Amino acid sequence: MSNFINGLLRFRRGPWEMVASILIAAGVVMLMQPFVLSLFTYSFIVTLIGTVMFIFVSHFPE
Amino acid sequence: MSDPSENRAGAISPKPSTSRFRGISDRALAWTFVAPTIVILLAINIFPLIWTIYLSFTNYRVNRPNRDVDFIGLRNYERILSDSDIWITMQATAHFLIWTIVLQVLIGFTLAYLINKKFKGNDLWTTIIVLPMMLSPAVVGNFWTFLYQPQIGLFNYVVGFLTGADPSSFSMIGEVALAPWAIVIVDTWMWTPFVMLICLAGLRSIPDSIYEAAECDRASKWRQFWTITIPMVLPFLMLAVLFRGIENFKMFDLVVQLTGGGPGSTTELTSINLKREAFEKWRTGYASAYAIILFVTVFGLASIYVKALNKVKER
Repeated sequence: MSNFINGLLRFRRGPWEMVASILIAAGVVMLMQPFVLSLFTYSFIVTLIGTVMFIFVSHFPE
Repeated sequence: MSDPSENRAGAISPKPSTSRFRGISDRALAWTFVAPTIVILLAINIFPLIWTIYLSFTNYRVNRPNRDVDFIGLRNYERILSDSDIWITMQATAHFLIWTIVLQVLIGFTLAYLINKKFKGNDLWTTIIVLPMMLSPAVVGNFWTFLYQPQIGLFNYVVGFLTGADPSSFSMIGEVALAPWAIVIVDTWMWTPFVMLICLAGLRSIPDSIYEAAECDRASKWRQFWTITIPMVLPFLMLAVLFRGIENFKMFDLVVQLTGGGPGSTTELTSINLKREAFEKWRTGYASAYAIILFVTVFGLASIYVKALNKVKER
């Protein structure tokens, strides 16, 4: 866990890609879940942030 | 005296490229060859994408080209993301996507595993299994509509024969509870061979020597399956899931031909709904915003999936 936080603080690609991937996955689940309409409403912004973040952080050093 | 055939060959052979392009740097030459591709890519991929993003912030309607186009900010996005009908459409797509991928991977891998065993008529069976994939989705949709007919359909007859139910007592494409499964069955029937072929390529790429070494170490067949077969086929399987996932997310033709999105909007997938908004209701700006939402979703999913695929390949 501390490695993960250190990676985030030092702007390393691995942990930041992990955060972006979690955001994208959460956004897609929110988009397609059948339970709460407000989750559907905020799904796109979560996916968009995750996707843009993924493109950006994939240029960070290993 | 020189051979005349040699002279002819000399006349036919092109001169070295260095003399023809003398005076042009390597960099300029490279750009000369690459530029047409970049121009075409910009014209047919990038420009429509940027134009769609622009239209998604407007109230443009393509059937009223003379009307003023107003910039309405994020209103299209707000309306789409608070529309319960679109939410239901997303759920129908999720149902279709998850079940088709699960069934196609399970059946496709099983078929590939069986076909990979050497037996008589192996090639004939491979050809027969691959046949559905070669058919047009319009043809498949049309003849499955006949197979699903309650009165004369073969599917209903077989289900009735196996379960004892009256074949005319249910309609696969006419009932709300059954229609989502009807499209899953047809897509699985059509595209399982594709997954099977990719898995077969993976299975055939595993060297026999690995299995022989495992036999020497007295590893059971079960252990060989889990520690050799599955890890080595996994990148191929993931590639198949990626292709089928993207393809099924934008599924249109097969479902339109089969159910037309009905009954009601039970099988109305996002691409069918999007087409209705764009070309039946002519709400171009709204449909553009809808398309951007779908694009970002597929792009995001594909990004993390490709990352996972590369990790599996590196192992």
